[in-house]
Amino acid sequence: MSAALETQGLCKSFGALAVASDIEFRLEQGARHALIGPNGAGKTTFVNLVTGVLTPSAGRILLDGDDVTALPQAQRVKRGLARTFQINTLFRGLSVLENVCLAIGERLGVAGDLYRPAGSRRDVVDEAYAALERLGLAGDAKRLVRELSYGRQRLVELAVALGLKPQVLLLDEPAAGVPSSESGIIVDIIESLPAEIALLIIEHDMDLVFRLARRITVLVQGAVLVEGAPQEIAADPRVREVYLGEREPA
Amino acid sequence: MSDALAGRAAPAVEALLRGHRLRPWEALPWLAAAAAFFAFPDYLALGSQILINILFALSLDLILGYAGIVTLGHAAFFGVGAYTAGLLAAHGWGEPLSGLVIAGLVAGLVGLVSGAIILRTRGLTLLMLTLVIAVMLQEAANKAGSITGGADGLQSMQVAPVLDLFRFDLYGRTAYLYCLALLFLGWLAARRIVHSPFGRSLTGIRENEARMHAIGSPVFRRRLTIYAIAAALAGVAGALLAQTTQFVALEVLSFERSGAVLIMLILGGVGRLYGAFIGVPLYMILQDRFAQADPVYWDFWIGLLLIIVVVFARGGVLGLAERIARRLSGRR
Repeated sequence: MSAALETQGLCKSFGALAVASDIEFRLEQGARHALIGPNGAGKTTFVNLVTGVLTPSAGRILLDGDDVTALPQAQRVKRGLARTFQINTLFRGLSVLENVCLAIGERLGVAGDLYRPAGSRRDVVDEAYAALERLGLAGDAKRLVRELSYGRQRLVELAVALGLKPQVLLLDEPAAGVPSSESGIIVDIIESLPAEIALLIIEHDMDLVFRLARRITVLVQGAVLVEGAPQEIAADPRVREVYLGEREPA
Repeated sequence: MSDALAGRAAPAVEALLRGHRLRPWEALPWLAAAAAFFAFPDYLALGSQILINILFALSLDLILGYAGIVTLGHAAFFGVGAYTAGLLAAHGWGEPLSGLVIAGLVAGLVGLVSGAIILRTRGLTLLMLTLVIAVMLQEAANKAGSITGGADGLQSMQVAPVLDLFRFDLYGRTAYLYCLALLFLGWLAARRIVHSPFGRSLTGIRENEARMHAIGSPVFRRRLTIYAIAAALAGVAGALLAQTTQFVALEVLSFERSGAVLIMLILGGVGRLYGAFIGVPLYMILQDRFAQADPVYWDFWIGLLLIIVVVFARGGVLGLAERIARRLSGRR
């Protein structure tokens, strides 16, 4: 069976600075996989390469076995790849409900319709509202995103991505900037996601990683340092070196 | 089943489902326009200019207010429409309605082609390129004097009666009603677009383009589509000016016209569909008054007004009205 997401020899450099070097990565179907690494390791760059925000200097990206390296972002989304952002990237001036409606409308292919009123698509609005209910956001449905606390906005981030019904979901630090009292909700939601979604979680918070992930890849200076089960990673001396900062600069 | 669901629908859901329904106050601009026809029979020429500029500003609102594309060259499409209708009427095609349609199509095509090139850029680059397109077209119209009349303007237009029935009269009655009818149709179209899923996705692009890409939206195609539609609508507005005045001057393509329509829209309020209906009459009536009181420096007073609006009433007159309404309802 082909991997949900795979990269082969993925490279990206800005001038002399290599931010991704020869990354070989497999995200299995239905995986719960974490990508960790120190600041500046190239985790978000990796997400941007996979989703098509950035064009790789070399290498290939495969979604469910198909080469998508040359496809624009929107086409990759149509093939079931969705992401959330490390820093909230939402439609701040629109209501919470409408944020989710936009995603669902794109998925169902109604968003190009110039003629019929958006309000006539009851299916879109109802689905969006049901999604908000599941995430405990129904009470905020009518409020503008910019009026919500950052923690609540993090949930909208998730709701928008889930509205795309993805096969592969990349979560870029889903709990970043959320006080620990609120991050539990986010972890609960991620844990309760359908098993068939392949999840890649980029995260700093080790508690969260060890709770959610069944497999971990460690990225250091744009290259894969090691990959393995959580226990192996926790015991690996190289990983400890990186995280305890004892490694000499190369 | 669906009735049962409707009965329990949350307020947020209801708001979205009803968002496109007509509200009573939306009749106000049309009542005002009809009243003006009877109340100010001596000002119908100014009235027609106002209606034309409302249509022009409405087309700008589609790209600026909804899709977030800032342009300093929207007169390019107004001018292309005006010259198209003018040249048709000067060469024996005097039937006005088909002239409008052709002018709109030509302007839309110019929007599509120029947009396909310049909409790949963003920010200041895009702003400058919109300006460049308009300046290039104006210079081309100036150089092609044998066709366009150059700096002397395009004369000898022969416009036939509307629907073969209504001759353009000296008092400007036909012109006013003709412009009003076309503005109404343009408003209907713009309103449909704004409330459609496509229109909502434009708002998404304005609010956060990165996220639109990430939810699988073909952002470039959406921007180009609305750019071409707005260009066509601006072209119809330009054609209306040409047909009702039976004259086209190089000024239709000028930077001043691009700038003025932007100011009118900002005064009224951007991205609210009705900003054009407030800002244009406000600007043009004040301009008319200021120019009588102070023929040389009337620009100054318009400029002062713009500064006041931008500093103290962001969102224009409509933005101010919304804030006041919110405060009043909050007090209750």
